[in-house]
Amino acid sequence: MSLKIHHLLGLEGVSAADIRLILDTAVSFKEILARKIPKVPTLRGTTVVNLFYEPSTRTRLSFELAEKRLSADTVNFTTSGSSVAKGESLKDTVWNIEAMKIDIIVIRHSASGAPHYLASCCKSTVINAGDGAHEHPTQGLLDMFTIKEKYGKLEDLKIVIVGDIKHSRVARSNIWGLLTMGAKVAVCGPPTLLPVEMEKFGVKVYDDLDEALRGADIVNVLRLQKERQKGGLLPSLREYSRYYGITRDRLDLLNENFTIMHPGPMNRGVEISSEVAEGPYSVILPQVTNGVAVRMAVLYLLSGGKGKVDEE
Amino acid sequence: MKNNIILAGGKIVDPVTGYFGPANVFISDGKIEKVEKRKKDKITGRNVIKLDGKIVCPGFIDMHVHLREPGDEDKETIISGSEAAAAGGFTSIACMPNTRPPLDNAGAIEYVNNRALMAPVKVYPVGALTVGQKGETLTEMMEMSACGAVAFSDDGSGVQNNDLMRRALEYSRTCGTPIISHCEYSDLAASGVMHEGFISSKLGMKGISAVAEELMVMREIMLASLTQARVHIAHVSTAGSVDLIRKAKRAKVPVTAEATPHHFTLTDDLIQSFDTNLKVNPPLRTKKDIDAVIKGLADGAIDCIASDHAPHSIEDKELEFDYAPFGLIGLETTLGMVITRLINKKIISWVEAVERMSTAPARILDIPGGTLNEGEPADITVIDPDLEWTVNPDNFKSLSRNTPFAGWKLKGKAVMTIVDANIVYSTI
Repeated sequence: MSLKIHHLLGLEGVSAADIRLILDTAVSFKEILARKIPKVPTLRGTTVVNLFYEPSTRTRLSFELAEKRLSADTVNFTTSGSSVAKGESLKDTVWNIEAMKIDIIVIRHSASGAPHYLASCCKSTVINAGDGAHEHPTQGLLDMFTIKEKYGKLEDLKIVIVGDIKHSRVARSNIWGLLTMGAKVAVCGPPTLLPVEMEKFGVKVYDDLDEALRGADIVNVLRLQKERQKGGLLPSLREYSRYYGITRDRLDLLNENFTIMHPGPMNRGVEISSEVAEGPYSVILPQVTNGVAVRMAVLYLLSGGKGKVDEE
Repeated sequence: MKNNIILAGGKIVDPVTGYFGPANVFISDGKIEKVEKRKKDKITGRNVIKLDGKIVCPGFIDMHVHLREPGDEDKETIISGSEAAAAGGFTSIACMPNTRPPLDNAGAIEYVNNRALMAPVKVYPVGALTVGQKGETLTEMMEMSACGAVAFSDDGSGVQNNDLMRRALEYSRTCGTPIISHCEYSDLAASGVMHEGFISSKLGMKGISAVAEELMVMREIMLASLTQARVHIAHVSTAGSVDLIRKAKRAKVPVTAEATPHHFTLTDDLIQSFDTNLKVNPPLRTKKDIDAVIKGLADGAIDCIASDHAPHSIEDKELEFDYAPFGLIGLETTLGMVITRLINKKIISWVEAVERMSTAPARILDIPGGTLNEGEPADITVIDPDLEWTVNPDNFKSLSRNTPFAGWKLKGKAVMTIVDANIVYSTI
């Protein structure tokens, strides 16, 4: 088995077979990560460029670790601000990097569609590490991996994504991936933080948190950027926290064996209480561990790897 | 000596009389001498141009064009834009004032007039409504109008200040010229880059709601009603705007409106390709809006068709969608789009199409043209309605290439453009 997709630009439109292959492959890589020497020579000779046009700590670290665990050669290109401000276009930057003979570009960019544009004008394999508020497919995959690890399945589970859906690429990738895999997805947040015509995604939309949580299996809590309040989308963080914060007493509304997730970084006391973040049902740290395994699987499969991990 | 020519053998379209049928057009001294419905005997002679199978109509007028001169002559000049117009079948164009610097004084209007002396088509400048198009101080409209400004506009963005717009409308009555309004409240548009709807939600892009346009359309209608000054709504893009304008016309408010080919053909879902040539303001809307714009063009709620030809360089457009400028070019594709998507689909007739592209803009701007009446300037467009062609930006006369229609197969094209009896473009 190999992937149908040649780039990982988003989860919208990616087939269930491809997602299943990535998640299954990630299981093998997670085993490797648990070894004493958590490294395989799989991508020896492959060069990966991490092109980060937006500040990122955990995603960049996670990709870099995944690349190193696979023995790929990695270089990082980090710049803040747009390519325009820098005076060189994205296309020129990438053509220059490509001229140095590279294989894979991992790109994080503040503009939606930047990875898609890149894929259309360069020869390398492109992996989207987050584009604007559009998609963050590896986060979607690692969230699905984490859920599947605990429940053994994705179909028919009820997942509620809570918070700033409007500005969240994590929400969009989660929605597309989970719907493809047969899960039931709901979103919940104040209407100013919900994009218009949200129902057309095929999800249930709530502005009442208690109603959204009732009977759910998994809650994926999104980070609330404090700038949203300054931008006039919220009256106060206090009110947000009171009506949309995930606190201990709200957990009773959930199904038994429920799970709390958060893509990080957390604003404790705003969208999630410390008690909940550290509860036994929280998989926030396993999400981070799984992120490396899932990104290894993506890198490996997009390099032409078949389902079974080749350890040479 | 001006050309004396006879356009023989074609079918003429005359929106003034409603005639659509065979006739010969006699031109002398730069004017239309007479239009004669054909007799049996064939006309021959050195000055006869045989146009069998062609359509002959009053020259098209595009009342919404950006020529980028002065300031951005790498994108378009008055001459290159005029050549593109001639190739597209236009004999007159009105150019918008958002150049660098803007056309906000009589000297700037004179500059355009002088540069246009060598242009193949007639160029009518639109003056800026406010100094520097900053939306603060009215320009010297009377003096600019005396120099040839045919309308006033801060096109490129909407006039945000309601009271200023009221004063501008009142003051414009001194010149009798319309004010062309680009309707968009920038606070509601909220730095959006595309239509706000399911697609913008999917792509995570900032959306421009239909209401950002409609609320200002409503304001212009109310202010035009109050001041009894003429307001022209540029590039109508939403179903709600079409409805508002239709109702206002019924109530005899002095409002007119235009629509662009991209707003009656392209929808926001195409932006999933992230093609920056689809980034335009007002943004591409939904199927429902397209249907309403088409209906408005058919029933007359929308008076005319304009291209909103907005040239941008390749390097300006080859960017992330968020960073690319708004605008696309249309002078050389508008006619093909109208024939292919409106006439051939039986949405409007030939007579109606020519009315929307020639007679109506002439009436709105109060400029010559739009008719084949005796004694009128010989501004004439000849069309091959059956010519099938593929849009290839490399063949454009325009200096820019930013069209979303590249590769489109269209039917119908201008094959000869005549301005004051001079053949300024011909492929015959």
